[in-house]
Amino acid sequence: MRHRSLLILTTVITTGALTLTACGSRDEGKSTGGSDKITVVIGVDAPLTGSLSALGQGIKNSVDLAAKTANKTNEVPGVEFKIEALDDQAVPASGQANATKLVGNKDVLGVVGPLNSGVAQSMQGVFNSANLLQVSPANTNPSLSQGDNWAKGDLKRPFASYFRTAATDVVQGKFAAQYYYNDAKKRKVFVVDDKQTYGAGLAAIFSEEFKRLGGTVVGTDHVTVKETDFSSTADKVKAAGADSVYFGGQYPEGGLLSDQIKKTGAKIPTMGGDGIYDPNFISASGESNDGDFATSIGYPVEKLDTAKKFIADYAAGGYKDPYAAYGGYSYDAGWTIIQAVKAVVAANDGKLPDDARKQVVEATSKVSFDGVTGKVSFDEYGDTTNKQLTVYKVEGGTWKDVKSATFED
Amino acid sequence: MNELPQQLANGLALGALYGLIAIGYTMVYGIVQLINFAHGEIFMIGGFGALTTYTWLPGGTSLLVAIPLMIIGGAIAAVAVATAAERFAYRPLRGAPRLAPLITAIGLSITLQQLIWAFYPDAKKAVSFPEFKGESFQLTDNLYIQRADAFIFVLAPLCMLALGVFVSKSRSGRAMQATSQDRDTAKLMGINTDRIIVMAFAIGAAFAAVAAVAYGLDKGQINFEMGFLLGLKAFTAAVLGGIGNIYGAMVGGVVLGLAEAMSIAYIEEIPGMQQLGGGAWANVWAFVLLIVVLLVRPQGLLGERVADRA
Repeated sequence: MRHRSLLILTTVITTGALTLTACGSRDEGKSTGGSDKITVVIGVDAPLTGSLSALGQGIKNSVDLAAKTANKTNEVPGVEFKIEALDDQAVPASGQANATKLVGNKDVLGVVGPLNSGVAQSMQGVFNSANLLQVSPANTNPSLSQGDNWAKGDLKRPFASYFRTAATDVVQGKFAAQYYYNDAKKRKVFVVDDKQTYGAGLAAIFSEEFKRLGGTVVGTDHVTVKETDFSSTADKVKAAGADSVYFGGQYPEGGLLSDQIKKTGAKIPTMGGDGIYDPNFISASGESNDGDFATSIGYPVEKLDTAKKFIADYAAGGYKDPYAAYGGYSYDAGWTIIQAVKAVVAANDGKLPDDARKQVVEATSKVSFDGVTGKVSFDEYGDTTNKQLTVYKVEGGTWKDVKSATFED
Repeated sequence: MNELPQQLANGLALGALYGLIAIGYTMVYGIVQLINFAHGEIFMIGGFGALTTYTWLPGGTSLLVAIPLMIIGGAIAAVAVATAAERFAYRPLRGAPRLAPLITAIGLSITLQQLIWAFYPDAKKAVSFPEFKGESFQLTDNLYIQRADAFIFVLAPLCMLALGVFVSKSRSGRAMQATSQDRDTAKLMGINTDRIIVMAFAIGAAFAAVAAVAYGLDKGQINFEMGFLLGLKAFTAAVLGGIGNIYGAMVGGVVLGLAEAMSIAYIEEIPGMQQLGGGAWANVWAFVLLIVVLLVRPQGLLGERVADRA
């Protein structure tokens, strides 16, 4: 009996493994079969499963839309775009494995992703040594493009192949501090972060700017990702007598933290970065998030004239998940790769050169177009030159934009 | 403001939740010496069962009416999955080396998570769970009890009492004790040990379902991965209290919950320990406590030293 179950188990596993490998080899086979058109694959790496999958699916679908749009309008004559989306589950090690896989597929000329700054750290080196272009729609940690010593004013670009359409946390954290201090008239803030690259970085930048403006940080605490009971931290916030909370982290923890702080009876708002700007921040933890704030990069996609077409196309595309917080940036990131490929192909008589990857990276720094989120172009560090930001507030169960401005230092 | 009473209440509520889940680990271990790592997922399934029950109720049903039904619905789902797991995954491996059922449990845990993720509508992210509306109860100046916490404060002792009476007084309970002492002899005495083992899984699952409803009412959301971390903590609580002992599970849970709350609130106020306090280090201190307890009492707080058959 026991041996039989073991046999069945082994059979199932072997069959599964064979099916998976079969899928892999078929994908690679497809590209060589193309007769008249060259196939260029745009890699996508994002958390497609797990608690951040709402954002990841939005990224994947938006890049898919960019590729389909380019194919339909024949944006790059003679080139057919495809996407290959891999799931990193917001885990750095998975990101690195995915990066290696994408580098191994010679048709991949650019990768959109990842969502998390921590995952990006593990991918940058892999892409850079293969000269493969990476454009992140969502990474906001400054050190990714400006080196580890950015805070001391010593800016040094670590990886030439890394670009991003999202503004950095420096811009976002300072903008949040200015809003809390100048617009919301908050003076005593309690700062909580989730110890991740994104959250801790953002919280530190916010704290520094808030103190510079004249406010006080009355306490700090850290939470652990995937934990759900923050009642002890919430009571510390209350005991500290803070008039506001700043949270550096993502929406699963942010929503619960805000909810639990309000349940202690402290009627104070929580503010966070683009990591909490998601409908799930509100929906997943009751209705008591009213009055909370989030900053996000760019102007509200729904309000930009340039974005109307994107929204209409996305709706027409019949995607199951919404484009979420990074849809516009992902579309622009995908389009950046398409534009870079277009420039390279145009300079080489309509064909891909042998060192296509290297040339695509070089072409990206000169890319400039009107995208979904505004003018898309990159500075000498690979950061977007678009520094528009918006503060959103939870009102009646939805995010309402309350202030949009171009960041000034 | 003195926040000690409030932090104690937080720790107690969290600990009672750990304790309710830990019952499942400890009962199964006590009888079949199996660490059922899928128990965290049984807890999660209890939550989804309760939520499904809630969505079936007519709109506008008062929570007071809904909660008992949700507990029943959640318990049915959790018990069904737990007994099925016992029958089809663990029973065929009963004579096998210990590692085989352990690995099976881990595989089952992943499978159950992914099944909910894939097939429960909208469960790819956190889904909302009905929440208690209204203010918390103010006991003193600096002690507020959340409604959901009050719920678990009432329910956890009741459940423990019921279980205690069942195990020590009822015929099945005594059969359970006999089976845990020596399965083969119990069988010779005419006890249907297979039935007792199924019963241990079922009781553990029912307690997990109660915990899941308390959890959902408190947090206002449940998600498909919530069982993993909580299951791990509850397992820790079971070991801390003495695995195999049902009261130990609850004691271990409460001690663990209090340790976490206290370390978040107070460690950073000790001079020189500022860097080691706060929520970031709560788990570290909880496990330091576990190690210290196991060094002094390897059998756990209420555990009995038993001849190890491993």
